[in-house]
Amino acid sequence: MEKQRLVLLKNVCKEFDGVEVLSNINLYIRKNEFLTLLGPSGCGKTTLLRLLGGFETPTSGDILFEGKSIINTPPYKRRLNTVFQRYALFPHYDVFDNVAFGLKIKKLPKEEIKQKVREKLKLVGLSGYENRTIDTLSGGQQQRVAIARALVNEPELLLLDEPLGALDLKFRKEMQLELKRMQKQLGITFVYVTHDQEEALSMSDTIAVMDSGRIQQIGTPVMIYNEPVNSFVADFIGESNILYGIMKEDYVAHFAGRDFRCLDRGYNNNEPVVVVVRPEDIKLVPPTDQTVNGVVTSIIFMGVHYEIRLKGDDGFEWLIQSIHSAEVGSRLGIHLDPDDIHIMDRSQYDTAESLEIKQ
Amino acid sequence: MNRKKAFALPYIVWMIVFTIVPLLLILFYAFIHKTDTGALIFTTEYIRSALSGSSMSVLLLSLEYALITTVLCLLLAYPAALFLWQLRSRIGSIVNLLFMLPMWMNFLLRTYAWRALLDMSGPINRVLQWLGLPGQQLLYTEGAVIFGLVYNFLPFMLLPIYTAFTKIDRSYVQAAEDLGANRWQTLTRVILPLTRSGIITGVTMVFMPAVTTFVVSRLLGGSQTMMFGDLLENQFMLLKDWNTGSALAVVMMVLMLLSMALVRKSDDGVMPGGM
Repeated sequence: MEKQRLVLLKNVCKEFDGVEVLSNINLYIRKNEFLTLLGPSGCGKTTLLRLLGGFETPTSGDILFEGKSIINTPPYKRRLNTVFQRYALFPHYDVFDNVAFGLKIKKLPKEEIKQKVREKLKLVGLSGYENRTIDTLSGGQQQRVAIARALVNEPELLLLDEPLGALDLKFRKEMQLELKRMQKQLGITFVYVTHDQEEALSMSDTIAVMDSGRIQQIGTPVMIYNEPVNSFVADFIGESNILYGIMKEDYVAHFAGRDFRCLDRGYNNNEPVVVVVRPEDIKLVPPTDQTVNGVVTSIIFMGVHYEIRLKGDDGFEWLIQSIHSAEVGSRLGIHLDPDDIHIMDRSQYDTAESLEIKQ
Repeated sequence: MNRKKAFALPYIVWMIVFTIVPLLLILFYAFIHKTDTGALIFTTEYIRSALSGSSMSVLLLSLEYALITTVLCLLLAYPAALFLWQLRSRIGSIVNLLFMLPMWMNFLLRTYAWRALLDMSGPINRVLQWLGLPGQQLLYTEGAVIFGLVYNFLPFMLLPIYTAFTKIDRSYVQAAEDLGANRWQTLTRVILPLTRSGIITGVTMVFMPAVTTFVVSRLLGGSQTMMFGDLLENQFMLLKDWNTGSALAVVMMVLMLLSMALVRKSDDGVMPGGM
């Protein structure tokens, strides 16, 4: 079922003082979608959000909102609202007046404002906080007020700029669930900016992974995790072992000094590729001359699993997640099934330096 | 603890010698009459004469001038501070410096300079003549006094307001815009309340000294405009009537304290992060 496209970005570029921070962004956002812009700091994700909010204008390209260009529309005329990184709650107003701000601007009748504010404060779990001043609220409570203040305007699109960044871990998890619940319940389109891949994977319908001002990959969380298009995405989403290799022929890759059967084809014979192996896909076996072997250098207990580092005979340090422990110093082999091996073009993203940094 | 107190000692001595003792002296002169025989008796006569019609009308005039000055300073300084705030920080601080530069010169010198500029044969009138217009009596007018006051006190209004502006997090402005407020609504509902403490400080710093100013009115207003400061000075310097002079000073101080209390009260409940 193809849902309606709410926002469409066409060839959007943004430069600051001649430095390109976003280059040729093409992206559509469907109605009722939870889209996450995920990337490391400086990747351009916040700038992209600010373009949507109207606080920046693109250097070139166009942004369409329900089919109409909005690049010349000031923020106050856009049918969207933003939850700011540090909330930006007005310190001279109490909770009620903060939430009511947008409705008072629209000159709604007083009773209606009261009722709507009360309703949204209930939604975020802050009933009875109407007359509290902002400085008496905890970070999490301020966060909720900021969300209520944005939602009360019933926007078509809600932009959230790392809204959980300042909260502690336990509370983050709680708010993640709540945000997701609110989004489902209200049927509002969310665009969510974060650098936290776990947050992105658990909340999003769609993730756009960004780096160096470009969208590296767009897809569902499962797609992005299981089929990263390049080593950046593989490295950023979850942890990965990234190796140089070559495709000997269809379905046969050579890396770590051995040939492996894999599911990829269509490469030239002996074409250089990048091989990505997820740490949780690696099975540790007794060493034989048919396996990649190495010595265990460290073991860390992570709660659910052990994180094992294994120095291969060729010098590559493998990261392995296993529910079984092992002895430091012991010699073990690595077993990989064909679908554990992800092959990527070397030319697409990886330069020699970027791989060196990762290794 | 005692060591820390010792550091405050020079200031405490200074305060006692130059603030407390003079204050007590003023109160002494205002309320104690020395008879011909040398006896000291308590009297409210001086206070009553300080509250007489003639000195009250001078006081009212001073209040009026100070009020006009304060309003004009506010009307000039607020948009200027808003403008400075919107400039990039480097350019903003340079322009701010240009506003402050005249303050580095003694205000008497500046006022003398304006005397020369406003004179019948001064540059302004010469330009008027050159344009074929009749010369204007600029000096020794009410306008000249108010102009001089505004000119001298403007930085005292601008600085606290600009400081309040620099403390505003710009995300508040963006949040207001995001919530549908246009520029005017953002100004009245967010920027103005957030700079309120700066306005109050500015108003205090202009109004109070403007009420008691005396040199500006004499230099630019001549003998026609007598302000409360001039009246005070006359009592001491010309008439050598220390008693009435002190009584006038007491009246003025009470007035100041009252208006300070009023300002303080209206400043209550101001947001944190202000001045």
